[in-house]
Amino acid sequence: MTQASDTQATRRRWLLLSPALLILLFAASGPLLIVVLYSFLTPGDYGGVVWKFSTDAWFNVVVERDFFDDTLSFSDAHLSIFWRSVKLSLMTTLVAFIVGFPTAYFIATRPKEKRDIWMLLIMVPFWTNLLIRTFAVMEIIRNEGVVNSLLIGLGIIDQPIQMLFTEFAITLGMFYVYLPLMVLPIYAAMERFDFSLVEAAYDLYASRWRVLRRVIFPIVKPGVIAGSILVFVPSLGAYVTPRVLGGGKQLMLGNLIELQFGQGRNWPLGAALSITLLAIVMVALIVYVRAAGREEMSHG
Amino acid sequence: MIEISGLSKTFGSGANAFTALDNINVEIRQNEFFTLLGPSGCGKTTLLRSIAGFVDPTSGSLTIEGQDVLPLPPYARPVNTVFQNYALFPHMTVAQNIGFGLEMQDRPKAEIKQVVGEMLELVQMTAMADRMTSQISGGQQQRVALARALAPRPKVLLLDEPLSALDFKLRKEMQIELKRLQSETGITFVFVTHDQEEALTMSDRIAVMSSGRILQIGGPKDIYDHPAERFVADFIGDTNFLEATLQSVAGEVATVTLPSGKTVAARAVQGGSQSGAVTLAVRPEHAVLTRESGLLDGVLENIVYFGTDTHYHVTLDGGSAFVVRKQNQPNTGEGFETGDRVGVSFEAGVGQVLRD
Repeated sequence: MTQASDTQATRRRWLLLSPALLILLFAASGPLLIVVLYSFLTPGDYGGVVWKFSTDAWFNVVVERDFFDDTLSFSDAHLSIFWRSVKLSLMTTLVAFIVGFPTAYFIATRPKEKRDIWMLLIMVPFWTNLLIRTFAVMEIIRNEGVVNSLLIGLGIIDQPIQMLFTEFAITLGMFYVYLPLMVLPIYAAMERFDFSLVEAAYDLYASRWRVLRRVIFPIVKPGVIAGSILVFVPSLGAYVTPRVLGGGKQLMLGNLIELQFGQGRNWPLGAALSITLLAIVMVALIVYVRAAGREEMSHG
Repeated sequence: MIEISGLSKTFGSGANAFTALDNINVEIRQNEFFTLLGPSGCGKTTLLRSIAGFVDPTSGSLTIEGQDVLPLPPYARPVNTVFQNYALFPHMTVAQNIGFGLEMQDRPKAEIKQVVGEMLELVQMTAMADRMTSQISGGQQQRVALARALAPRPKVLLLDEPLSALDFKLRKEMQIELKRLQSETGITFVFVTHDQEEALTMSDRIAVMSSGRILQIGGPKDIYDHPAERFVADFIGDTNFLEATLQSVAGEVATVTLPSGKTVAARAVQGGSQSGAVTLAVRPEHAVLTRESGLLDGVLENIVYFGTDTHYHVTLDGGSAFVVRKQNQPNTGEGFETGDRVGVSFEAGVGQVLRD
């Protein structure tokens, strides 16, 4: 109709969008921009930042200046922490998938009225405080804990197995904490899955394994992808679990970042590390989604 | 071909036990279009699923070409199923769906490609080969489901109400299509339906089922003209039931006395009683309406015009109802009107004595 009513409609649209835009600005983009900004400043003596431009922080993410002779070398400490973070997160995702997929399948194949109870059991630990759950894992695997006491009591071992404060402990803890995030999306996909397709595949000479691989898995794959992302991303930035179960010896990225803002008093480095973490997550996601998509193309 | 004897299936146990199949005995022949017909819950699908391997019968035996298949899982049986909802794989194209069975049998790629091509042609879906199954119509999905089940050349094709989701016109087309596919492939078809018309038009033989039992097995004409039990007569087509008295039985011929007191020859039923009160079934189109007194007499209650034919509803003396169906001819006006006194007659041998 007229120009006037068009502009009015446009104005109303912006007005309706404004709450979402405000949240995006103040809760997402804003803080992120501040972090980016801080990463290019100079650390203050007692924490905080000094408003002086510097790329030192970014330099220090991967490179280390020797304390005595000022020679440069790759920062082994940082790189090994990056590597450990990625490795343990991948392990956590893999284990969560191996356990979560059959779990979701089991629940989805129960009678309808029983599924909610099973889902509830999966969700209950999620309602407990993260720290409490992590300490519970600690209680089970520490040297005087449930597992070691049992094994010693049964006479299977003489000395307790050192499980706490190892990478195994961190992986176990993260797996336990994030398992529901894997089960939920796979279950959601499974619940919509038409199980008459399984019968059709059996009927067409597919063995159980092939039914799983050729029919069930490809159809619920979006759920698996979502679950893997939901487990991998928080694992990569995990802080509490590696702190408690890694005992401060097995640092992960989250701990390294915390260290810079705390005892390290190097906020710009912390900020640069945070952005690095973000970049690793984004690269990992792009690679993963691309690979998953390509497989779909070839399999059809 | 398929021999089933003493097959029973009970679901649940104790007070909740439900007998889905009750001592089923049937032999399905090579190259036959065999139909299991019955209302929902009669056990026809359970019987089909027993043959496919999805239901584990409680007792009895089931052999295909002499081989006991009951211990075999579905994927080891030489049968394929066309499912009621088609159950096409949504993540595969039409061609991939059709090739799935062959692929699972680890046939060589070249052979799969060739057979899929043939199957696409057989069901006239060649142009749709690379479409996803969600991009084709219901009738086309039906064809793909058929092609997918036929591709591995099973010894038996099982069809579980495959036409029930299609609209009337498409269903008619597919009925003819199915008959054509069956004669072209020479595969034995076992077809499940609750639609008596579908059963009559397509089958070589029909087994009528009710409450987990097979009541009668025979050709369509046999079943329609000579129903053995009241349920069969009632379920297939329309039937008039007359309370009659059996006088004598001589081979296939029974002499019965009608409520009107008149006596007529009818067809005897195997294994029925030799005398006493029986039920006589007469098809509405097998009876004629007359002005003069007939085998039965009554008052014309209602005339219903159906286009191709007209139904005359008569209340017989004694109170029971009888329907006569007459095919409409151009320019024939018998001139019957409601309230007329009419006679109802049928020829000797037309009535069928039913087993109690």
